[in-house]
Amino acid sequence: MTSTVPRVTTPGQGRVQPAGRKPLSTRLHRSPRLRLLGLLALPLTWLVGVYIFSLVMLLVTAFWRTDPFTSKVIPGFTLDNFVRLVENPAYLSTSLRTLSIALLVTLLSVMFSIPLGIFMAKVASPWLRAFLAVAITLPLWAGYLVKILAMRITFTENGFFNSALEPLGLSGPGFSYTTVVLTLTYLWFPYMALPVYTAVRQIPANLFDASADLGARSWTTIRTVVVPLLKPALIAGSIFTFSLSLGDYLAAKFVGGSTQMIGSVIASNINLNPPIAAAFSVVPIVFVLVYLFAVRKTGALDRM
Amino acid sequence: MKKKYMLLPAMMAAATLVLVGCSGTGDTENGDTSAGGLSIDVPDVPMMDKLDKAEGEVNIVAWSGFVEPAWSDQFTAETGCVVNRRVAGTSDEMVTLMRTGDYDLVSASGDASLRLIAGGDVAPINIDLIPNFGDDTVKGMQGQIYDTINGKSYGVPIGRGANILQYNSEIVTEAPTSWDVVWEEDSPYAGEIIAYDAPIYIADAAVYLMTHEPDLGITNPYALDQKQLDAAIELLKTQNGIVSEYWADPVAQITSYAGGTSVVGTSWEILRKLTEDEKFKSVLPEEGSTGWADAWMISAEAKNPNCGYLWMDYTSSAEVNGAIAMGFGMAPANGAFCETSDEAAAHCEYFHATDEEYFENVWFWTTPLEQCIDGRTDVTCTNFQQWTDAWLTVKS
Repeated sequence: MTSTVPRVTTPGQGRVQPAGRKPLSTRLHRSPRLRLLGLLALPLTWLVGVYIFSLVMLLVTAFWRTDPFTSKVIPGFTLDNFVRLVENPAYLSTSLRTLSIALLVTLLSVMFSIPLGIFMAKVASPWLRAFLAVAITLPLWAGYLVKILAMRITFTENGFFNSALEPLGLSGPGFSYTTVVLTLTYLWFPYMALPVYTAVRQIPANLFDASADLGARSWTTIRTVVVPLLKPALIAGSIFTFSLSLGDYLAAKFVGGSTQMIGSVIASNINLNPPIAAAFSVVPIVFVLVYLFAVRKTGALDRM
Repeated sequence: MKKKYMLLPAMMAAATLVLVGCSGTGDTENGDTSAGGLSIDVPDVPMMDKLDKAEGEVNIVAWSGFVEPAWSDQFTAETGCVVNRRVAGTSDEMVTLMRTGDYDLVSASGDASLRLIAGGDVAPINIDLIPNFGDDTVKGMQGQIYDTINGKSYGVPIGRGANILQYNSEIVTEAPTSWDVVWEEDSPYAGEIIAYDAPIYIADAAVYLMTHEPDLGITNPYALDQKQLDAAIELLKTQNGIVSEYWADPVAQITSYAGGTSVVGTSWEILRKLTEDEKFKSVLPEEGSTGWADAWMISAEAKNPNCGYLWMDYTSSAEVNGAIAMGFGMAPANGAFCETSDEAAAHCEYFHATDEEYFENVWFWTTPLEQCIDGRTDVTCTNFQQWTDAWLTVKS
């Protein structure tokens, strides 16, 4: 215990201040710009040094070329890689397929999360609400690859999906486009469900009452009251589901059968021809930028 | 492997052409100081002339199963070289890893080795320093075009194997003798066929076309002119309509068969064994097949060349080479292993280790070059970049 030791020093004592130098705190207090710099230096170094720099390096590679024989990357400047993206129809069809997958995943996530959010926030008992919240976030605790392999086992020919459908005389989608959409929806659903649930909780209960008093049925209430209020949450969620789906390649690899996505093309080229992989990675970047721009136009970003 | 010996002179001519052709591509950045750059001029990369003191460690890029404690611990005890292993999944990954300069050795397959040699990434090998690499090496693995350039050897053979046709005998009740069950649109197993997911798989289509469309004039599946490549891609596109999936990941391939998604398709003997189910059988169809032959190669910038040479010699002995071959499930390069025990003899028998007739039908992975390696000079062949690009169109 230190209380038994008599205090002999007071703050400031023993510190020798050189003439003409003020303590750091004073200087920071006097200069707001220095204060700001000190505050932002670390995050900015991270953002610029790690994030933006590596992205720029990647994009610069898109203008380099690969030696056709040794697959060595040769620095320089050429637009050949972009020309090849346009010339080879496989790149276009792959881009469009990936875009449609990302949009479908987003749409499915929205369709599932609105009713779920309303149920959790407004109908379910606190106990059930807590249980559902855990159930939604639970998949996030498992490894990403583990979840994809789990889906692979589920959808395999002799797997759960087919044996469950067998009594009905049906069979599952196997490994296909549909399975990729379902798998990605399963993977990214929590990113949509959580913001939507939070947003629904914040809608005052009396809005539902007012809507009912005015004669609106539940569907009309959802359409005219809930969805407009949920827009920022839906957009926040969709940015996750959309961009994460655009970049994914493991789902296509393990449950896609012969489905080819942007990510799988980039992954198969990353060792063989890094410049074309870099050039092709511009496509999802453009998709996301266009999406963000469109979202900004609606003004939804301001309310986020 | 008579026909492949005949290819040697052609290959040498081709190698010289590569030299001339590549030096004209304006690659001045690499200059003369780098270890060869695009040139595959042998003198550019010096060969080790005598062994010195062991450095104490060796860094190896290898296929899974090639560097295992079962034999690397013994090596460390004998030589004092600690073995650091990095497992790579594909040939392309190996090439990329070797170019970092962090590794001394690589277990390169034929489609990686030419790129490494041409890129100046690996050095020629002084066979005198590897006493175990000698007469016992099976005939079909001596002086192959994918590791011997201009009469210089760049690789110490490890083993070889064929890409086989694997089928589920419960569903494919009649043993197939031809690859037609995986290529033809009217295959009875349409929708349950598994195909390999890499540009080099184009060669498998070419092997099939060699027999079934002789008019195309394909004599070597790695020397395809534009017309022949187009035909192979056309066949692959047809196949795309009847495949259940493509595999590059061995685990995915095994689960695809075991889970019933695929019943017939391309495979490796080791993968069939790993299913641990006797209903999966394999065959080398009458058209022949593609295959792989692996060899140790030493980096041009090896920091531990002495340990590297010691490792290459150690693993070339009958016992260790056999242990690797048995572990991985392939034919060993050292034929003497087959006489060491009954178990070894059975292994060699099963994997056709010394059966050159079997391997005569096997076209080992080789990097496709612009210079046709089948000896044609009147046409330009398609290179690996063109294969990679064409491969994209198959699945779209």
